[in-house]
Amino acid sequence: MVSKHTASSGLFEFLLQMGDNCLVLAHRNSQWCGHGPALEEDIAISNISLDLIGQTQLWLELAGEVEGAGRSADDLAYLRDAFDFRNLLLLERPNEDFGLTLMRQFLFDAWHLPMLKGLTQSSNKRIAEIAEKSVKEVTYHLERSTDLIIRLGDGSAESHRRMQSSLDELWSYTGEMLESDDLDPALISECVVPAGDKVAEAWRQHVTAALKLATLIKPESDFVRRGGKNGIHSEHLGFVLAEMQFLQRAYPGAVW
Amino acid sequence: MNSPSTTGKPSTELVWSWLHDVPDPEIPVISVVDLGIIRQVVWEQDTLVISVTPTYSGCPATAVINADIESKLRKEGIENIRLERQLSPAWTTAWISERGREKLLDYGIAPPVEGTGASVQGCALSGSAISELSGSLGSGLGSGLLGRPSITVCCPRCRSTDTENVSQFGSTPCKAAYRCKACLEPFDYFKCI
Repeated sequence: MVSKHTASSGLFEFLLQMGDNCLVLAHRNSQWCGHGPALEEDIAISNISLDLIGQTQLWLELAGEVEGAGRSADDLAYLRDAFDFRNLLLLERPNEDFGLTLMRQFLFDAWHLPMLKGLTQSSNKRIAEIAEKSVKEVTYHLERSTDLIIRLGDGSAESHRRMQSSLDELWSYTGEMLESDDLDPALISECVVPAGDKVAEAWRQHVTAALKLATLIKPESDFVRRGGKNGIHSEHLGFVLAEMQFLQRAYPGAVW
Repeated sequence: MNSPSTTGKPSTELVWSWLHDVPDPEIPVISVVDLGIIRQVVWEQDTLVISVTPTYSGCPATAVINADIESKLRKEGIENIRLERQLSPAWTTAWISERGREKLLDYGIAPPVEGTGASVQGCALSGSAISELSGSLGSGLGSGLLGRPSITVCCPRCRSTDTENVSQFGSTPCKAAYRCKACLEPFDYFKCI
């Protein structure tokens, strides 16, 4: 199969995926700041947002350099519309209750860490450096989300019910994360990014083992909701961007 | 090495000693040098180049640290300064100096216990090449997904080792929240990465 993208636009798209995933999830998590169910969780989720914002800056800064059109990380974050975002649909899902927020984090972390570990071996030195930095932070993210999924899944009847219903609700959004897309072939053959099926296999192993310990039942449906990686988003992203981008849109170039 | 220049440029040794006076903005008892984030000090012609590595990628103190370094060097009379961000090798708590660890403890923050960072079993993706990634998958599954070694953290107040982890995420990105079961005080632990 021949990629419809040139090598550099494929790389740009990939970097947007990495950066936009971090940015949108960071924004969603930051909405919990001051509203967490316990002080420790409020602090944890805010810290995770901070890590992801830092990683966003690194990915989008590199994306801007690769694109070569003079756009900074801030330009890419604040001045693109929803159809230019490449994040997974999973990550723009509304927070709703804390169980759903945690399950979203867990399903993403379990993909994010093996993807980053693969990227530490990237033939692109800049990508490998960002991945090396991010792996240390995301290891703590996955440790926490796995721990909580197990404790709440295998917890009270109410916590178990909430975690199971969160899993059922989000399951159809996981397929998009695991399937390769048409920008992959050139990047994989040049060892810029790891093969998607290897990352997917690592995800399946971790998720299967964690769900078992959590006494949660993996949904059987293999229906996949997709679109985010191609800029076809749910209406939720528009609300995220309205909140996140308002200031720069209303007062272009404002700094403080 | 640190070659004193005939043109009157301060030696890099002297620059390092100045940087020892620049405190971390969030933990002011420890200097940026003791924190291990200054990776290189070098003259490139008439420009002093300082390589700084972030502790955490989103640490909000990074911008303040850079401003503090620059302002200190200007105060010492350096005019041409370039600060470079160095990402690799990624910062590790192992780079915190012995003196830094003692100061952290005196300040009430338990210093990191090296070799005890977060770990998650079963999702290892590593190998010499991306094409060989599959070989290392799957080890460790079934023996518990969370590979965190049990660690003994000493209470900075009463020195008891009867302490417990409350959360791996604390008041700043670099710290975890702990509680002492002997004196009942909560405290910060500088977590290992």
